[in-house]
Amino acid sequence: MKKYTFSEKKDTRSGFGAGLIEAGRKNENIVALCADLTGSLKMDAFAKEFPARFIQVGIAEANMMGIAAGLTIGGKIPFTGTFANFSTGRVYDQIRQSIAYSDKNVKICASHAGLTLGEDGATHQILEDIGLMKMLPGMTVINPCDFNQTKAATLAIAEHHGPVYLRFGRPAVPNFTPADQKFEIGKAVMLNEGTDVTIIATGHLVWKAIEAGEQLEAMGISAEIINIHTIKPIDEKAILDSLKKTGCVVTAEEHNRIGGLGDAVAQVLALHFPSPQEYVAVNDSFGESGTPEQLMKKYGLEASNIVEAVQKVMARKRVLA
Amino acid sequence: MTEISTLNDFAVQVRRDIVRMVHAVQSGHPGGSLGCTEFATVLYNDILKHNPKEWDMDGKEQDLFFLSNGHISPLWYSVLARTGYFPITELATFRKLNSRLQGHPTTHEGLPGVRISSGSLGQGLSAGIGAALSKKLNNDDHLVFVLMGDGELQEGQVWEAAMFAAGNKVDNLIATIDVNGQQIDGSTNDVLNMGDLKAKWEAFGWQVLSMKGNDLEEVRATLLKAKTQTGLGKPILILMETIMGHGVDFMMAGHKWHGIAPNDEQLVDALKQNQSTLGDY
Ligand SMILES: Cc1ncc(C[n+]2csc(CCOP(=O)(O)OP(=O)(O)O)c2C)c(N)n1
Ligand SMILES: [Mg+2]
Repeated sequence: MKKYTFSEKKDTRSGFGAGLIEAGRKNENIVALCADLTGSLKMDAFAKEFPARFIQVGIAEANMMGIAAGLTIGGKIPFTGTFANFSTGRVYDQIRQSIAYSDKNVKICASHAGLTLGEDGATHQILEDIGLMKMLPGMTVINPCDFNQTKAATLAIAEHHGPVYLRFGRPAVPNFTPADQKFEIGKAVMLNEGTDVTIIATGHLVWKAIEAGEQLEAMGISAEIINIHTIKPIDEKAILDSLKKTGCVVTAEEHNRIGGLGDAVAQVLALHFPSPQEYVAVNDSFGESGTPEQLMKKYGLEASNIVEAVQKVMARKRVLA
Repeated sequence: MTEISTLNDFAVQVRRDIVRMVHAVQSGHPGGSLGCTEFATVLYNDILKHNPKEWDMDGKEQDLFFLSNGHISPLWYSVLARTGYFPITELATFRKLNSRLQGHPTTHEGLPGVRISSGSLGQGLSAGIGAALSKKLNNDDHLVFVLMGDGELQEGQVWEAAMFAAGNKVDNLIATIDVNGQQIDGSTNDVLNMGDLKAKWEAFGWQVLSMKGNDLEEVRATLLKAKTQTGLGKPILILMETIMGHGVDFMMAGHKWHGIAPNDEQLVDALKQNQSTLGDY
């Protein structure tokens, strides 16, 4: 198993903030919009450096999406910022009609996704956003795993033409992606080559997949670990190449098991290479208040859950053989 | 009517609960909670016709209250517990795993007193209107009360609701806005200046009253007056001026204490300013 280390834990939302300001320096057409969550989204540095290009819309997310769509007419590249639930469910039709269907170059940047925002509870913990956004024709959906990858993703989407949903989170997590790693939209990152099972993870679950890989190695199981940061368009080739080698897969995500990464992978496999699959995901429920660690444990999103899922899926593979 | 000194004792104890709850989990929203303490104290003790012990979802033949600015849940939970909806010991579970006292109010865990989830801003007035219409359909002459934040008014849905309630003469509804002039990113004037709120609500067809929200007597007098103006064809709106963080001096400073928790030292200071009156949970 390839060794992964990190010098510090950092929040992915700060990676977004760092990427946004760098993108803003490179391209003066980049504008940012926020709905009364500038600090939480780490957009304050951009607001300070480019006050004329920062738009505080107040607590009015639907209006924010409409204004962002309009700003693209004239060549601006708007980045909207609010929590993930208010970036998606709250404004779904505004995104659908004014952004996706109208093919507008808006970057919807969403923090506090998933359970790990913690104590605020289920009203704020969206676990359905990947599904909502990936169903929109033409929408690119990205869920990076750590600070460096979120920063690189922010820079990459600035250069990409078309609507994008960029999902990130609140807690500090291991920052292990090399700072100079180029972010290629739609291209999976191979973290470890293995032969017995494929583990495909996204977002905060990527580090847990690495931890699981280490535990599995100690048990004599060779896991191939793939970071799928772009859920749409998904890297079919990476998935199929790996499955042809290992023959079974575990998907891991901080999202409802319905509509997320797992389903995206299952679709690729169903169409091209049917294989046993297990999901590590939230089992079709809302979240609740608690610390991020308690919630990841209660809702089954730990490295140990990945290990268990691997044992289960490998047993199913043996039965088939 | 309750003695003002008794109401004041209640309010002081509620303040203690708020800061202790938020301190215990180092998260939550003390600012708006403290600012609306007098309002909730008066509402639950002297205004609402309600039956805490036999609470049920439909609340027929009772007045109903909806908290639209759900982030000030510490206030609501404390007042609900101390008026008999559930044991005050349960306040210790606020924002913890497996609690009924979620970060934002929810019906999901069945907490008595809560009839709809809130926390995603801008939705409570619509729910209040629906419940008020339901009362009319049921020939139930009780009232529906709603509390909203002032930053919350920036959500477009609030104005859809405002237009509907006036257009449909929903006159069994008393909505109050916590006009503390603050929200997360700064003062409401800096974030998005909303201009003359009284003129706006009047233009939408509401009967508008105003009051100083940190004055128990004025809150009670105004709520009683609002009740006398129901049933006259117009929904009623109270612009309630408050100070965010009221009752804890260092929290009465702009928007800073909207959503942060006091540290150990600050807790001691806050509790010293609000000595126990009814006993801590
Ligand atoms: C739809 C929605 N957008 C954003 C938020 C995040 N948020 C929580 S409280 C708040 C500020 C609310 O301001 P106000 O209503 O004035 O309440 P106060 O700060 O005075 O307590 C914001 C933006 C939210 N909860 N819901
Ligand atoms: Mg306010």
